[in-house]
Amino acid sequence: MLVVKIKKKLPHFTIDVELKENNDIIILFGPSGSGKTTILNCIAGFDIPDEGLIALNQKAFYTTNREAVKIQQRKVGYVFQDFALFPHMTVEKNIQYGMKSKELMNRLVKVIGIEHLLQKYPKQISGGEKQRVALARALATEPDILLLDEPFSSLDQETKRECYYELLRLHEIWKIPIIMVTHDYEEAKRLGSHIIHLKKGEIIKKEKLHGG
Amino acid sequence: MNYTPLILSLKVASIATCIVFILGLILAMLIARNEFLGKSIVEGIILLPLVLPPTVVGFSLLFLFGKNGPIGSLLMNWFDLQIVFTWIGAVVASVVVAFPLMYQSASAAFQNYDKNLENAAKVMGASKWKVFWTISFPLAWPGLLAGLVLTFARSLGEFGATLMIAGFIPGKTDTIPLTIYFAVQSGNSKVATSWVIILIILGFCAIIWINWWSKRNLLRYKSEK
Repeated sequence: MLVVKIKKKLPHFTIDVELKENNDIIILFGPSGSGKTTILNCIAGFDIPDEGLIALNQKAFYTTNREAVKIQQRKVGYVFQDFALFPHMTVEKNIQYGMKSKELMNRLVKVIGIEHLLQKYPKQISGGEKQRVALARALATEPDILLLDEPFSSLDQETKRECYYELLRLHEIWKIPIIMVTHDYEEAKRLGSHIIHLKKGEIIKKEKLHGG
Repeated sequence: MNYTPLILSLKVASIATCIVFILGLILAMLIARNEFLGKSIVEGIILLPLVLPPTVVGFSLLFLFGKNGPIGSLLMNWFDLQIVFTWIGAVVASVVVAFPLMYQSASAAFQNYDKNLENAAKVMGASKWKVFWTISFPLAWPGLLAGLVLTFARSLGEFGATLMIAGFIPGKTDTIPLTIYFAVQSGNSKVATSWVIILIILGFCAIIWINWWSKRNLLRYKSEK
């Protein structure tokens, strides 16, 4: 169970949200500059809220006036918008960077279908392949939650569709909560069990879909 | 021809480069990547030798490291170490004059890659040290190496400040640039010419190499597709 109840002042508005979610795929949906990524970054620990509470499975990451739990100890998987693959390491080294066990890595690589890429460098693979590697790298750390920041925005339509399927399949297998940021409503509808509509830092609508 | 100036110059430049590299790395990490009150003043002081005439730097060093100077007297009392008119003085002059070059290269190098790469490493559980040695340092390395070569070349050619603090003592503080100056003064243009040619070749190689290296690294991690 993920609980997020935070306030954070940004230059143009204040983020003020309250979320309580289970092991579903939750979509943070809204136009650019609605505070979606900042919420994700607060969960991961790259940003610190001004006040509130962030907790995952009864473990508090952040509580007002207490020292926030370090990024390294949160057990969060994060897929960045531009994937942030380490350019100086091979795909294999990228996935090994935070991996917990070799078996899991081998299984991940097989399930995601990137065995043939292991010895390549990020600059040698396509956008869709990078996306898969980034997912594998995030899952290899055995995270308790997976955060995705517009992970499909740089892909073409066909690759996007393949990746949607991939993500749903992985969620079936791993069953951890996924929070995904997007400004593409079609994407939100295809993947999400809940869609949280955000505008200027506030939740304007919560939508529950049939899949969820 | 007497080759002691070459050996001395290489010794001074190598030691100065090592000191400048370590100091530059630490200060670039501490200062360039953080915002704090008075940052521009601290950076101003660090970069000052870049715009000051070397004689001004030399004079200031002479004041600081002289026998009665604030640092010089301490070193004399504690370690019985004299800086002025020794080859160590030449190292000090090179360090101060070349430091801004390394600092600028290092700050640029550490700002030149996507900060999310460090976040990505942290989120996977990497400690600060692991992030530095496996992500920040390797990605900044091309810029750091360019700074290293610039520092070495600048140290090798340091004249004004070195003359002020180390003087020209044949066999002790006669670096190549000083040797050239005093060879010309005493009408020995043959010796001067040989050293001039050697320095021009060294400097030219350094510049050509840096240009090649930075061009190569601009393309290093760019996508092939």
